[in-house]
Amino acid sequence: MSLKSKVKGLCLLTFAMGVNASVSADTRYNMTEGVTDISKSVFQMHQNALYIVIGIGVVVFGAMFYSIYAHRKSKNPTPAQFHESTTIEIIWTIIPFILLMFLAVPATSTLIKMYDTSDADITIKITGWQWKWHYDYLDEEIEFFSNLSTSQQKIRAKLDGGEALSYQELGENYLLEVDNELVLPINKKIRFLVTAEDVIHSWWVPDFAIKRDAIPGFINEAWTKINEPGTYRGQCTELCGKDHGFMPVVVKAVTEEEYVQWLADKKQEKIEAAEAARLAALQSWDKTKLMTLGQSVYEAKCAMCHGVNGEGGIGNAITGSVVTNGPTDAHIDIVFNGKAGSAMQAFKAQLTSAEIAAVLTYQRNALGNNVGDLIQPADIEKLR
Amino acid sequence: MSAVIETQEHAHHDHHPKGIKRWLFSTNHKDIGTLYLWFSFIMFLIGGSMALVIRAELFMPGLQFVEPNFFNQMTTVHGLIMVFGAVMPAFTGLANWMIPLMIGAPDMALPRMNNWSFWILPFAFIILISSLFMEGGGPNFGWTFYAPLSTTQGPPSTDFFILSMHIMGVSSIMGAINIIVTIINMRAPGMTLMKMPLFVWTWLITAFLLVMVMPVLAGAVTMMLTDRHFGTSFFEAAGGGDPVLFQHIFWFFGHPEVYIMILPSFGIASAIIPTFARKPLFGYASMVYATASIAFLSFIVWAHHMFTVGMPLAGELFFMYATMLIAVPTGVKVFNWIATMWEGSMTFEAPMLFALAFVILFTIGGFSGVMLATATTDFQYHDTYFVVAHFHYVLFPGAIFGTMAAVYYWLPKWTGHMYNEKLAKIHFWLSIIAVNVTFFPMHFSGLAGMPRRIPDYNPIFADFNQWSSIGAFMLGFTQLLFLYIVIQTIRGGKKATSQVWEGADGLEWTVPSPAPHHTFDTPPVVK
Repeated sequence: MSLKSKVKGLCLLTFAMGVNASVSADTRYNMTEGVTDISKSVFQMHQNALYIVIGIGVVVFGAMFYSIYAHRKSKNPTPAQFHESTTIEIIWTIIPFILLMFLAVPATSTLIKMYDTSDADITIKITGWQWKWHYDYLDEEIEFFSNLSTSQQKIRAKLDGGEALSYQELGENYLLEVDNELVLPINKKIRFLVTAEDVIHSWWVPDFAIKRDAIPGFINEAWTKINEPGTYRGQCTELCGKDHGFMPVVVKAVTEEEYVQWLADKKQEKIEAAEAARLAALQSWDKTKLMTLGQSVYEAKCAMCHGVNGEGGIGNAITGSVVTNGPTDAHIDIVFNGKAGSAMQAFKAQLTSAEIAAVLTYQRNALGNNVGDLIQPADIEKLR
Repeated sequence: MSAVIETQEHAHHDHHPKGIKRWLFSTNHKDIGTLYLWFSFIMFLIGGSMALVIRAELFMPGLQFVEPNFFNQMTTVHGLIMVFGAVMPAFTGLANWMIPLMIGAPDMALPRMNNWSFWILPFAFIILISSLFMEGGGPNFGWTFYAPLSTTQGPPSTDFFILSMHIMGVSSIMGAINIIVTIINMRAPGMTLMKMPLFVWTWLITAFLLVMVMPVLAGAVTMMLTDRHFGTSFFEAAGGGDPVLFQHIFWFFGHPEVYIMILPSFGIASAIIPTFARKPLFGYASMVYATASIAFLSFIVWAHHMFTVGMPLAGELFFMYATMLIAVPTGVKVFNWIATMWEGSMTFEAPMLFALAFVILFTIGGFSGVMLATATTDFQYHDTYFVVAHFHYVLFPGAIFGTMAAVYYWLPKWTGHMYNEKLAKIHFWLSIIAVNVTFFPMHFSGLAGMPRRIPDYNPIFADFNQWSSIGAFMLGFTQLLFLYIVIQTIRGGKKATSQVWEGADGLEWTVPSPAPHHTFDTPPVVK
């Protein structure tokens, strides 16, 4: 952080926000203007509101400070005794009313536009999960999860007893980076259907001026039309449990040609992945292979609730657990279908058969457990 | 009739039990007021320390001191304690002390209920705070406890949270009933409604709000309880319920609750500003009507907390317009205060300083309130630090500065001693600097895109968070000076006259300082 920007920040703290026009372009100090027509009009409304309230502030506080200066006892020893004036009361009831009109009228027309989700070119279903987003391209049969890609080591460096990392070490996109971005074409009207799997989340991309709550059992609508290619970052904005702060939204906006290419690649990838999963399920895996894959799956999907060493946390302990050390059927069932009324998710659709077999084997033979059996991908595959 | 006679006898002897019994069994409005005020200050320090845990964690990016789940417990319990433990009991304490003195009544109308409504409060908060030490931790779902996070996923201690909310609700309702009955029935002859001090008026309206909305909160937590244990699905879509229903119910309570936490402050400012301007309050009648309008509007704006839940367009528009309307009566109040100052003859003792800071900083909170009222821009502000800045501007300089102004203003009446003006001014200046250093940068971190209730953040938000954290620690420790000043005043100091302040006007200034244990056994006559 340069000295100059620190001084700039300090000045801003000292003076009223956003008075300096040059500030409005800097999204570190003000709302982003965004990259859609809607977001630009929202930004304009924000600026107008800001100028109106600053104007009112100057007049009201000006009068007040003048009075504090001029009507102090040392300057004005004999107070006036007036205490009523119907005329002036009516005037200062009407003036704020008129000023509010300046805010309400443009807000109404923009809000009407925001609610018009008709004639969309593309529809994407967005589902909030604890603590990741799932994107489903409804017309393309493409779907994937989007997880935070900042490592736990970085996030927990200081908490786990190490040194706090510098901003450079944390990286420019610390906590605002994901493994799979939502890829969208520019200049197309995109409709979002927003819902949630477990608790309420909220999908926010400041550059689109979209913030829609993702509510389990209900579907909310929103739409956007992006004007410029780029990567746009946001976060979940409804408290959704432990890792609420760790489920960013990243949207990559590309040209239409790039989008078509991306779709094709993604579909090819999907076919290849399915084939690989089928082949993997046919093979018999040895323990090392299962345990290695199992550990990485465990750390990515299970450790956040059940503890890195299986000690438990939000979820039950894996170490010594009745399920983990019991019959395989029950163990598979809970991983497949989750547990209703708890944060335990259904992983049937989230993981391949090989991954499920591996993580089950890992849980049963590591983390302080020693059941001794191996679960093969084929065992899982036949239950699908 | 015997009760009346007994009261008379007490008055003649002015005796009361000593030691712990005096406080435990007290039915005296002044003693109970004192209990409320001390309780609220203790809660203020506990809730404040939780805020400092939050600010320490947010001092820089990366997790530093606490696990995310504990961080969530801190934000939740900080909010609950400050709302229900600090602000509301402080106002009830002031009401207990001052309303009988201001309307010329010998005591509150229902003194035994008064005792009970106070003494169940400590139990509510012991239960709430002890839940932090239970297996699975304390409430971690935000002070708004949205379902289904608080129902299906709430920790086991959630049931204790529900019980403590019920007790707080019962306490508040009883306190409010007592205030309504006292004001309606026990005014001195000649004290017509339109002659009542504004503090009494604002509290009367606040009490009506409390009686109307606290049962709604009780309903919400009861539905949570049955959802958790008795197989109902009020807030569970899978069982035919609706999570958004919870938010509607919560905010139908929650928005009037917001005004419960500010209207008494309006009354305090309306008492203090005329005193130190040595000039009558400007527009008394319009102040009363404005307060009533704000209270009425508070019932029809709740869904502006929910602009992002996907309400129909008509709903969004209605709640946007209704919310904007609140600016009109609130503006009237601010203008009236300034008109009261205008051509007055002002001096600036601590109560006046806090009252003026209240007017200015509360107005800044009102400005961000108007911006938030606009549904379209609210999509960018909602659940970010901009909102955190907004409600802390109306709560800290609003409710808490209001309370501090009141304490400095009436402390000489309560203790019989003048407080140390020099220290009080230091307390004021440190507080006003710290409050702005803490909360003003939050506007920027919010606009830059930082969501609320997150334990860690991108370095782009770091500068503003550092300012907020530095300010918060300064603000927190400054309040220990306040504690020192109050204790010093209780123990001694320059004797206060019964008038105390040169420009003070009202019945409370006609009794000696300190106010005797029993006052107005014979009602005064108000002309």
